[in-house]
Amino acid sequence: MNFDFSDDQKFLKDQANKFLTERCETTVPRGILEGDAPYDKKLWQAIVEMGWTGVTIPEEYGGLGLGYLELCVIAEELGRSLAPVPFSSSVYLATEALLVAGTDDQKKKYLPKLASGELIGTFALAEGAKVPLPKTIVTKLSGGKISGTKLPVPDGDVADFAIVAAVTDSSGSESSVALSIVDLTGKGVKRASVGTIDPTRSHAAVTFDNADAEALGDSDAGWALTRRVFDRAAVLFSFEQVGGADRCLEMAKDYAMGRYAFGRQIASFQAIKHKLADMYIKNQLGRSNAYYGAWALSTDAPELPIAAAGARISASEAYDYASKELIQTHGGIGFTWEMDCHLFLRRAKLLSLCLGGPRGWKDRLVSALERRNAA
Amino acid sequence: MDFNDSPEEAAFRAEVKNWLASNATLRTEGSDDPYAGMSEKELLKLAREWQSKKANARFAQITWPEEFGGRGGTPIQSVIYGQEEAKYAVPRGFFEIGLGMCVPTMMAFASKEQLERYVSPALHGEEIWCQLFSEPSAGSDVAGLKTRCVKDGDDWILNGQKVWTSGAHFSDFGIIVARSDPKARKHKGLTFFFIDMKAPGVEVRPIKQISGASNFNEVYFTDVRIPDSQRLGEVGEGWKVALTTLMHERLAIGGGSGGVDLRELMSLAQSMELEDGPAMANAAVREKIADWYVRAKGLQYTRYRTLTALSKGEIPGPESSIGKVVSAPKLQEIASFGMEIEDMGGILTDPDLAPLDAAMQQSYFWAPGIRIAGGTDEILRNIIAERVLGLPGDIRVDKDKPYDELPSGH
Ligand SMILES: Cc1cc2nc3c(=O)[nH]c(=O)nc-3n(C[C@H](O)[C@H](O)[C@H](O)COP(=O)(O)OP(=O)(O)OC[C@H]3O[C@@H](n4cnc5c(N)ncnc54)[C@H](O)[C@@H]3O)c2cc1C
Ligand SMILES: Cc1cc2nc3c(=O)[nH]c(=O)nc-3n(C[C@H](O)[C@H](O)[C@H](O)COP(=O)(O)OP(=O)(O)OC[C@H]3O[C@@H](n4cnc5c(N)ncnc54)[C@H](O)[C@@H]3O)c2cc1C
Repeated sequence: MNFDFSDDQKFLKDQANKFLTERCETTVPRGILEGDAPYDKKLWQAIVEMGWTGVTIPEEYGGLGLGYLELCVIAEELGRSLAPVPFSSSVYLATEALLVAGTDDQKKKYLPKLASGELIGTFALAEGAKVPLPKTIVTKLSGGKISGTKLPVPDGDVADFAIVAAVTDSSGSESSVALSIVDLTGKGVKRASVGTIDPTRSHAAVTFDNADAEALGDSDAGWALTRRVFDRAAVLFSFEQVGGADRCLEMAKDYAMGRYAFGRQIASFQAIKHKLADMYIKNQLGRSNAYYGAWALSTDAPELPIAAAGARISASEAYDYASKELIQTHGGIGFTWEMDCHLFLRRAKLLSLCLGGPRGWKDRLVSALERRNAA
Repeated sequence: MDFNDSPEEAAFRAEVKNWLASNATLRTEGSDDPYAGMSEKELLKLAREWQSKKANARFAQITWPEEFGGRGGTPIQSVIYGQEEAKYAVPRGFFEIGLGMCVPTMMAFASKEQLERYVSPALHGEEIWCQLFSEPSAGSDVAGLKTRCVKDGDDWILNGQKVWTSGAHFSDFGIIVARSDPKARKHKGLTFFFIDMKAPGVEVRPIKQISGASNFNEVYFTDVRIPDSQRLGEVGEGWKVALTTLMHERLAIGGGSGGVDLRELMSLAQSMELEDGPAMANAAVREKIADWYVRAKGLQYTRYRTLTALSKGEIPGPESSIGKVVSAPKLQEIASFGMEIEDMGGILTDPDLAPLDAAMQQSYFWAPGIRIAGGTDEILRNIIAERVLGLPGDIRVDKDKPYDELPSGH
């Protein structure tokens, strides 16, 4: 049994940690929160130069050709540092979709530019405040043209193209969903930034009006492909979540050690000690489930749907708890704009909803367990 | 990352599989527990036979040195053995405390001659050991214990009472910590011994648990004579010895909590019909199953991380400390929810009438004890907070005073 990252991977993680500690203090996401820029261009440029955008892209398509475990350790550090960049949209979603479903020509066309940062990609599924399902998606694909509104699209205001899920008929069946690649700078596309709970990660409403759509994968395979891409992304996001949750625990501990009330450190009150112990417990459960997800992703194991759901549910719970209790541990000051606690509260909820919330993943997990038990 | 056995591990697993196949009976899915309804005496007889077979094949304590009947094996080998044995119906539950805590404490502090005398019979299931630590007024704070030992020539005279002593009623020996100096500070005045449970003056009275069963006991000592040669560690240094035992206890109980788990809950949910169809299709039921599943798996994969460190010869990280504080409340919640799915019939306790031979009801009455035994939920959180996270210790009002000046309640 070898259920750990290799020394090289740990080294990469250390490098990423050093880099982001230096280049992405909390003033960086705060700058995006308080300013007008959709993301931090300088940081993004530096990340691209480090080659992180091409970690899992094979060398023949201009990437580094490393594995998913490498991407997982980078994800953890990006999550820890709240990096305000379109990394997850471009790498976990658009790149993964192309790797999973792209033709060789499509890979040649897009992957080298995604790796080099010349293009930013994203994935457009949601259509407002409803669960996106084959029976609820309205965006329509017909004769190579796409029409409808996707909202919220992560980095939809800055991405160059999006993988868009649309229906080819109104049957509501899974086979009615098709994926397309759509140029977001092209004709028939309008987009506008939208306000969200976490402005450090930009989102947009994107409206297509007979925009040109390039098919990605078979026209009846869009739903299955979406689930596959989301399973893979779920593992990567779970590392961001675990990274953020651990940072919350560290910040809560630091504050509790330095704050005095009733003549003692608040860290010496059991109510606070047990709270931090619970954070630790949840973070470890999240981390271990994320590791299992990493194993399944990196080996393309048939267990991936179960492993991805487990990682997502567990890491979402950990980050949710850690970010709430981070504020609680701070008392009144934690409730202020100036303290950084709310940056984590925002990001935790964003990440837990971005691929669909834990409720839906729990249901899918149990379905996958039922299928496995029946087999 | 991989879950594969190394070539050596694969060879060991094959050896284990082979041996089990010719020495034990496979557990078959859905079949009744072959030991259900057996008396403790009958069960103990079978357990002794099985333990002896295991010991002869050197599978009983794999990590013990060869001279003590082990095979000087790795922790991974123990885990492999455990994984394979779990597929078989074998009697368990009599030797764990002795072999997991008492004998390892002996190994650290007893003489060579004593080890020659005691280790092998314990390993072969011929003699059983128990742990005599807790007292009516000292559990979590076990160093606050009262049981007195007074030196008398070459012997010690022991008077007092222990409580919650699992298995004392079938034990031959026990390890005990007692107060030798009430004037000293409380951790300083303790001395540690092993004793003969059949010695004059030792009286074992079973305690009836909330379930009605009796797994643990009160043990009374009236002028019990203990030869000084049975002292482990120095006079007044008993706490140090006790810490060795407690360390082994944490290792021993870090794993599961016994009782029902996801498997039982899912099989129940598949067979029960609710208002809106099968329980398995009910959204509330599914959400709970998913929550407990990720907790169970989170623990399992945490153990894998620990094992990986061990197999690389590294010291495992502190993450292994989360085991029981997660698994015990989970057990309690699953049992309680399982009964809720059984609805009005969930109150039935007769194995012939309640689903799964009343496993949910049995776990419902077992789980509260697991949250207490071997470190309560609260004490385990304190340990994580202080030893893992480095938060300040509780303010202690008892540290610098002599034991006999400390307040005591009930
Ligand atoms: C929305 C809002 C409105 C407010 N309005 C007013 C107002 O109008 N007037 C006013 O005077 N104040 C006001 N307050 C302040 C409020 O009363 C304090 O924030 C609160 O009493 C906590 O004190 P603190 O912020 O200093 O946190 P701390 O006391 O430093 O607490 C930090 C953490 O330590 C914990 N802690 C502290 N002591 C103990 C202990 N003994 N045992 C266990 N845990 C402990 C706390 O529970 C908390 O989790 C307001 C606060 C908020 C958030
Ligand atoms: C099934 C079972 C088997 C057992 N087998 C054995 C055995 O074989 N040998 C043996 O020696 N003992 C055995 N015990 C005893 C067990 O070790 C004690 O019950 C346990 O340590 C708790 O001690 P206590 O019962 O005195 O509770 P107490 O220590 O009195 O605790 C009462 C409550 O106070 C809380 N509490 C106590 N101190 C603190 C603190 N510092 N901070 C916060 N909360 C605190 C506890 O968490 C608990 O909720 C067994 C117990 C059980 C239930």
